Amino acid sequence: MRLSRWIKAAAILLLFSYQQAGADLTIEITQGNDRATPVAIVPFAWSGEGVLTEDIAQIVSDDLERSGLLKPLSRTEMLSLPSKKAEVFFRDWSLLKQEYLLIGQVSQKTPAGPLSIRYELYDVVRQERVLGEIISGTSKELRSRAHYISDQVFEHLTGLAGAFSTRIAYITARRDELKQTKYELKISDADGRREKTILESYEPVLSPSWSPDAQYLAYVSFETGRPGIYLQNVFTGKRRQLTAFKGLNGAPSWSPDGSKLAVVLSKDGNPEIYSINLTTYKITRLTNHYGIDTEPDWSPDGKKMIFTSSRSGGPQIYELDLATGETQRLTFEGSYNARARYSPNGSEIYFVHQNEGIFHIAAQDLNGNRLRILTQTPLDESPSVSPNGSMLIYATQEGLRGYLGAVSVDGQVQYRLPSQLGDVREPAWSPFLNK
Amino acid sequence: MELKKYSKSLFFGATLAVLAGCGGNAATQEQTEGTTAANDNQQVAVAPTVTSDGATGSGTDSDSAVSGQQLGADTQAAMQDDMNQKMAAMPDVGTIYFDFDQSSIRADSREVLDLHVAYLRANPMAKVTLEGHADERGTREYNMALGLRRGNAVKSYFQVQGVSASQIEVTSYGEERPAVIGHNQSAWSKNRRVEINY
Repeated sequence: MRLSRWIKAAAILLLFSYQQAGADLTIEITQGNDRATPVAIVPFAWSGEGVLTEDIAQIVSDDLERSGLLKPLSRTEMLSLPSKKAEVFFRDWSLLKQEYLLIGQVSQKTPAGPLSIRYELYDVVRQERVLGEIISGTSKELRSRAHYISDQVFEHLTGLAGAFSTRIAYITARRDELKQTKYELKISDADGRREKTILESYEPVLSPSWSPDAQYLAYVSFETGRPGIYLQNVFTGKRRQLTAFKGLNGAPSWSPDGSKLAVVLSKDGNPEIYSINLTTYKITRLTNHYGIDTEPDWSPDGKKMIFTSSRSGGPQIYELDLATGETQRLTFEGSYNARARYSPNGSEIYFVHQNEGIFHIAAQDLNGNRLRILTQTPLDESPSVSPNGSMLIYATQEGLRGYLGAVSVDGQVQYRLPSQLGDVREPAWSPFLNK
Repeated sequence: MELKKYSKSLFFGATLAVLAGCGGNAATQEQTEGTTAANDNQQVAVAPTVTSDGATGSGTDSDSAVSGQQLGADTQAAMQDDMNQKMAAMPDVGTIYFDFDQSSIRADSREVLDLHVAYLRANPMAKVTLEGHADERGTREYNMALGLRRGNAVKSYFQVQGVSASQIEVTSYGEERPAVIGHNQSAWSKNRRVEINY
């Protein structure tokens, strides 16, 4: 694949330091799940000089709580803080009604040397270890290691792959003193921390879309005064302009194998969907209708594409079979359904649904075709699904400010990532990082 | 006012090609900074005219009494008179408004559009940019397309009445550049618009 050439350039990434924003997003859980499994996550012991910069157990605890499927015990309720099996009194944890117990230790033999992180998960009822590992890392990698532990524990306890090591991309817009709107394309960890700005502009930036290897973002920028589609390596910052057609250049979406980018162009007069081969740059037109055709998303197997079309009047979701060219309307409930995304297994779609003048995020099962509304706030936009298929992140409004919300695909769990400054919009959840 | 004083064409004359040429990346632009400043458009500040953010627009909703019928013979004749006066003045009103999720020209916009037609026909060298916008409701890319369709609708209106296609360019900002900030009908009605810029 030709993008691999860029990856070599990523070797310089270690020399390169990003702007670290001071105002990280923080999480606020607004609705939990009663049936969540109780798990006690004990602060990890530290054996080394000085103080550790990150609290691994707290990061793991926050991750697992956000999933809604697990319910970490508050530290203030813990009767002891064991870090190895000999220190564990199972009866205490059992009295606290905990089903699982996570303990661990971080050690550093020499100052500035590598860190060794041991974690162990115990089944409180059976009083036995069910998971354990020793991993290493530097102090800068502590958050990543903590998210890795969250992934392991989550997968063991729920059977679902953890998506705590993933990232989100989003756009912020802020009016400065001169009343100019500054747009920033940002990337953070899935928990909103370690936010980095990778593009700044005083012209609109929108529609970030991750490459399947999570190395690149495609997005739309008006920086030349007109819209263009750009591709940017999120590690090196290296970028290039892919399209500069007259009229629209919008809604980029990567094919699952990374070889093509679906885009919306109006070069032939009307907004239509095209596919650009990223090796040959050959452009193939995929839709042809006098209505609006936009917001393409590839099915996980790459054989179909969903998109928004106004061909029946208002916007509705359609599915195009790329082999046969046949198009089928998927949504019939309500007068406004737009910007759909497939679930990772392709069985459902998530989209913006207008109901009585209010815009919600809705889900629809592609077999039963039943539509269910997942969010209650007005003006909800841009649903993006986590790569394990369990959560959606979306943009919503409160007063004149936009912020990001997350909801589980069953609608049971909700949390929000408030922004410190300005308007946050268009979140895009990355694929798994190491696949 | 927003930073929109980029000149009309920059280097964009021949854009019907993917910049990232074939096979190699000779024609691509690459930057190696992590935070890429992308606002160097200020250097081209020779825009002929940019109307204000739609604040001067008349036709708010249905207060105008222009009939919704097709351009009648009377109007045609009146336009001809205008033409005969040569050099019709550049119209004062540069913004027209639309209904939600619609790109059809409203009856109350025709009077304003006809003034632009007269001006453009009397000044065949004049170029116009039709900048389509949408209100914040609904999705961003759909609104981007909707803004373009609104611009295209005005373009068709102009062309049918004899304005040359070469005088017209259509762009869209979707919901990205509201004229009025606010989550209410009044703001939304001012934001669903086409700005006619010379």
